[in-house]
Amino acid sequence: MADFAVIGQSVYRKDANSKVTGQVLHVGNIEMPAMLHVAVLRSPYAHARIRRIEKSKAEALNSVAIVLTGAEVAQMPGVDPYFGPAFRDQPILAVDKVCFVGDPVIAVAAKDRRTAEDALQLVEVDYEPLPAILDLLEAVKPESPLVHEQHRPAKAFADLAHVKAGQKSNICYQFKLRRGDVDKAFAAADRVFEDTFSSPPAQHLPMEPHVTLVYLDENQRINVWTASQTPSYVRTELSNTFGIPMNRIRVRIPYLGGGYGAKLYAKLEPLVTALALITKKPVRYALTREEEFLTITKHKVITKIKTAVKNGVITARKCEVFWDTGAYAEIGPRVVHKSGYTSAGPYRIPNVWIDSYCVYTNHVPAGAFRGFGVPQVIWAYDSQMDIVARAIGADPVEFRLRHALNEGEAFATGTPVKSFGIKEAIRQASKAIEWSKPRIAPAGSKRRGKGIAAGVKAVLTPSISGAIVMMNADGTVNVLSSTVEMGQGSETMMGQIVAEELGVSFDQVHVVQPDTDITPYDTITAGSRSTYHMGNAVRAAAGKIKAELFQVVAKKLEVNPDDLVAQRGRIFVRGTEERGMTISEAFLAKFGSLGTTLTGEAICQPEAIPTDPETGQSEKCTEYWFPSATTAEVEVDTDTGQVKILQFYSVGDTGTAINPKHCEQQLLGSAITHLGLTLFEEMIFDEGQLVNGSLLDYQVASIKDLPDSFRSIVVEVPHETGPFGAKGVGETGALTVSAAIANAIQDAIGVRIHELPITPEKVLRALTQKKEKAALERSNENDA
Amino acid sequence: MTREITLQLNGREEKVAVEDADTLLEVLRDRFKLWSVREGCGVGACGTCTVLLDGRPVSSCFLLAVRAAGREILTLEGLSDGKDLHPIQEAFVTQRALQCAYCTPGFVLSVKALLDEIPDPSDDEIREYLSGNLCRCAGYADILRAVRVAQVSSKLA
Repeated sequence: MADFAVIGQSVYRKDANSKVTGQVLHVGNIEMPAMLHVAVLRSPYAHARIRRIEKSKAEALNSVAIVLTGAEVAQMPGVDPYFGPAFRDQPILAVDKVCFVGDPVIAVAAKDRRTAEDALQLVEVDYEPLPAILDLLEAVKPESPLVHEQHRPAKAFADLAHVKAGQKSNICYQFKLRRGDVDKAFAAADRVFEDTFSSPPAQHLPMEPHVTLVYLDENQRINVWTASQTPSYVRTELSNTFGIPMNRIRVRIPYLGGGYGAKLYAKLEPLVTALALITKKPVRYALTREEEFLTITKHKVITKIKTAVKNGVITARKCEVFWDTGAYAEIGPRVVHKSGYTSAGPYRIPNVWIDSYCVYTNHVPAGAFRGFGVPQVIWAYDSQMDIVARAIGADPVEFRLRHALNEGEAFATGTPVKSFGIKEAIRQASKAIEWSKPRIAPAGSKRRGKGIAAGVKAVLTPSISGAIVMMNADGTVNVLSSTVEMGQGSETMMGQIVAEELGVSFDQVHVVQPDTDITPYDTITAGSRSTYHMGNAVRAAAGKIKAELFQVVAKKLEVNPDDLVAQRGRIFVRGTEERGMTISEAFLAKFGSLGTTLTGEAICQPEAIPTDPETGQSEKCTEYWFPSATTAEVEVDTDTGQVKILQFYSVGDTGTAINPKHCEQQLLGSAITHLGLTLFEEMIFDEGQLVNGSLLDYQVASIKDLPDSFRSIVVEVPHETGPFGAKGVGETGALTVSAAIANAIQDAIGVRIHELPITPEKVLRALTQKKEKAALERSNENDA
Repeated sequence: MTREITLQLNGREEKVAVEDADTLLEVLRDRFKLWSVREGCGVGACGTCTVLLDGRPVSSCFLLAVRAAGREILTLEGLSDGKDLHPIQEAFVTQRALQCAYCTPGFVLSVKALLDEIPDPSDDEIREYLSGNLCRCAGYADILRAVRVAQVSSKLA
């Protein structure tokens, strides 16, 4: 490997000191004179028509600035009252009907939150209930009542160009993949395996709930401070929704208290902008935790998966994947497409059939959650990989290695895979847990077992990252990027890449926070794409500055620019550091003046060939892949159904690790979060009403849920066009946790759990069923 | 009803007029602009708004401000002298025990209370004591290591 100064070094986070003192800027810390606070009345019905709203008493309350309805929003001149990244289906406030329990109906802005809440008590809404569509598999039937009469595509993102206007169905998008001849392969198979797996809706639960502040500045421009992962998109959405030119809107994002996909696209911004435009006052809306539960969820997914085996090899796989995207599509179609095409796994299967459906229901809208749906599809296919391996007497590790794609082999989409360290990930994960070491013989009620799961996610392609790098005459650097620092360490990553490229120290690089007035377009901070895309953009932008400086120095020294290098704050002839000059001297040579700047700008825009609408085939469906493997050892108490994680290893192929310790941290953090999602997290609905929508009732992983022994392992298969060979890492650790745990439980007690979360009740029920089945078989034998 | 209370806030005596319904969290943020104190759940279940009340960790979202009258309150703003980091903060930095860091102030204060109460905690004691503070980035392994480092450096300090 090349000799790098700061790439591959685990430097400390740029934001560590401001964060550890609690002085870091969050939206909630920003106050404006005469700022109004918002409270929202939400629908008590899953599906109902709004007949009448009586709000005069609320409006008469002291210190109430406005009581706003959806009908009034719709009457604002030039306003499109509906927004959304895939379909414009979500009203800023419900216009004529409500579509889930929690749908915003009335917004009050008042001098403080308590007054706004008091005003809501005085509003009366008369509803006419409509049939609610709550069962995912019923909703796809042609005779089902409809959530929406029409589907209006948003046309906001290039990768969603295939989303079509539609009506008379709750399926708002379907992805299809057809490869080979599955029917023939099933007919010729030795054995066929059929399973159904489900994964429940869950909460992202960023510790900082959504918060947005909007005010009009002295030029009546719309200024937005918001906790969002998508500054550029928020500006575009507000521009489209309110018919306001893009440069009349300024969106700024300070540090985020977590995102995990919850803070993508527009959330509170359209409503708060409407309130600020009408009242002409600064308006802030901070969600309560209970409201956060009603804002966005992880998709509930049901997967029917059928696999054919002949001579110990998988010959065909058919997947039907149903995604409950809730009342508004949000980014469901992207989740359904990107995860849909990976739902047969990173395996060599000649015949594949996939149908992946994005389905409207009257539930809370579902969006992207750390992994964009891939954890749900891996839960299905890599649980079944184990079922198949055990049934045919193959070792689960060896069975996966037998089928895992090699470099250059075609994925189910027909795309040849590259930088695809899946086998190395499987090997490292099984080595860490000493897979081949003999199992401890069972004793008493506690049984131990080991499990493995593997899987892969493909990065969203196409997407765009623009960056500007500005170098100052003293050798310091400002990086202008719309990538949001939400805890993942993007500032640190960009600082390392720019420092390496320009040969300056990491401390000399300052990363400017997203501000649409000055930082260029970026598609999204999500999907493990920033290190590759924004990393490439800032590197290329810095490279342009370096090239300019090399021209100046080469002329001065009368050498070829190709012979120069930039290191340790100097530009010099390779191998002879004394033949050169400092960056300040180079600036002086170029400009003859102090305090000058050089800027470079670049765009990273990988292209994809759209998947064929009928076959899902594409020569290039993605720019890169990130393979994942998890191994776990569990101890199951057969008396209580309790599952204890004894050992836990998370392995990810990240490409070159820009900051190895931060890569390990990303892998482990997303894996531990998914331990909670595997073992106990679930949003429970009763007739569309969320029954555990508070942190008193909804449990997430705490420090007590750390396994006894754990480690994350970084596999580095460099990517030829990644910045210094890097890919992405934010989601990798999340992907394979659930299936690994279920497979370990099967190993321990011989039962298979098909529904997440794996609660003690489900384990006990499965054990009971196993015992009853065995007893029945014994009595049948006796009868015979 | 409005009443004036006195708080021993970060080592200073502060008089403030509060409503009966005001939580300690609201008073610390809205009146004293102590931004390290953050609401996470509003029901005392996530630890994000943790402050030390007479040295014991409490959820400030779940305590009426009037109940804190006359008592000592420590927030993260009062932990270090403003120049150097407290040894616990230093340990959180070197052990990389923060990512989005929204939970960090609550964790740092809970660790302080833990080490004041149990200078040599076992792993189980640490896990039990900190189980009321949630970190959704799930950097718990790093936090556990930071406690161990802080345990040593606190004694040296």
